[in-house]
Amino acid sequence: MRGYEYYKPGTIEEAIRLMTSLEDAQYIAGGTDVLVLLRQKKIKPGHIISLRNIKDLAFIAHHNGLHIGSGTTHAEIERNEIIRRNYSALHDATSNLGSVQIRNVATIGGNICNAAPSADTACPLLVLDAGVTIAGLEGERKIPVDEFFLGPGKTVLRKGDILKEFVMPLFGPTTGSSYIKHTRRQAMDLPIIGVATRITISIGKNGGELRCRDILCTIEDVSNLLARFEDEELRCEDIRIAMGVVAPIPMRAKEAEAALKGKIISEKLFEEIGEIAANEAAPRDSVRGEAWYRREMIKVLVKRSILRSIDRIIRPDDMVYPERLW
Amino acid sequence: MKKEITFILNQEEVKAEVQPEWTLLYFLREVLGLTGTKEGCGYGECGACTVIVDGKAINSCLYPILEVEGKSVTTIEGIISRDGELHDLQKSFIEHGAVQCGFCTPGMIMSAKALIDEKEKPTVDEIRHTIAGNLCRCTGYVKIIDAIKSVVDRR
Repeated sequence: MRGYEYYKPGTIEEAIRLMTSLEDAQYIAGGTDVLVLLRQKKIKPGHIISLRNIKDLAFIAHHNGLHIGSGTTHAEIERNEIIRRNYSALHDATSNLGSVQIRNVATIGGNICNAAPSADTACPLLVLDAGVTIAGLEGERKIPVDEFFLGPGKTVLRKGDILKEFVMPLFGPTTGSSYIKHTRRQAMDLPIIGVATRITISIGKNGGELRCRDILCTIEDVSNLLARFEDEELRCEDIRIAMGVVAPIPMRAKEAEAALKGKIISEKLFEEIGEIAANEAAPRDSVRGEAWYRREMIKVLVKRSILRSIDRIIRPDDMVYPERLW
Repeated sequence: MKKEITFILNQEEVKAEVQPEWTLLYFLREVLGLTGTKEGCGYGECGACTVIVDGKAINSCLYPILEVEGKSVTTIEGIISRDGELHDLQKSFIEHGAVQCGFCTPGMIMSAKALIDEKEKPTVDEIRHTIAGNLCRCTGYVKIIDAIKSVVDRR
């Protein structure tokens, strides 16, 4: 391995100063991607600036919503009970990424700044309306995470910039979210595709009380389930759908969202939403899956993810077990 | 340029001059000669190099040596007792025939140790989840899971 200098700044300002004053320097957070690239000689920086010792980057705070420092590891997010219950899509993503060893060091900021189309935390952040705070030489700026990615490996970050934190709004008890990572293996795998959704619901009949709640604990067919939902006027008040590995950047399925918002859920509508989302995607053939297959699976997984999000609103206490097959 | 670092390795303080580009794995094996920790893929895929840093299992092949400054590292060499008695997990792996070629074993044991140190009674699901990042090409995992479970059951 070619030699490099290794810096361990203790503050964000120091790191930015170092980065802007050095030629061929590279930031490193958890290092689970950067060290692989170094070993494969795909990058050959002369200087490495570690962000691991900056205390201001590693935190989870709950005030006016959720704040997660970019240097927070996936394991810390996975263990957070409030995130598991109220920001479930993010829990899904962080508890299924890599292995325990990887999750113990890899950071959410690193996952996002790498800007891989397959980044597991990207879709959940998109559906949870996350904003990002970026610290740079000229101070801080805030943008929605939707505007962060420009292409594979490309982001809006300029030289020296550090992604500082993610901020997500509060969601009430009628909102649920989920992320489904479609893989061949249950661990150590990148998604063939990933789909995250967040939905806010209301129930038109029976004074807003869902009568068919218990049906979720049975093996009742999904068609019947959706018919019951339609019957009790389960309405989609707000919806976000995000898809990963279907385009150069993780993307929202905005047309599908528009088609579902404000409507009463039915099987027919669900079919339409799946079709619209699949048409919005632009997947390509790769070793992990062919484009036609990815498109077919979007139809399946968008529906499944919405159902799982609804399930989590209706049965929050049984969120993990027992879980239906969606 | 070499830098000096100080950290705790298997309950003893280590002071050493290191190159910034070394990984923890390289330092353990090539400098200290602690070859119990194995190098499999070198890319964080196989878990053969798993060691425990501040109570957490990590891949030492992806851990820059300068990041262990001030931390506490435990390797497979550090889990036997002072009088040389094997750790319960090691004994159980032997009893259950959970070792075949043995290359994944140190990593498996370190992953399992991090789990049982943190949790008194992990479930079989949690055990499986924990060793998902440790590849074994011989055993089919069943005896490994049995071995870990029997240590948990005897608690």
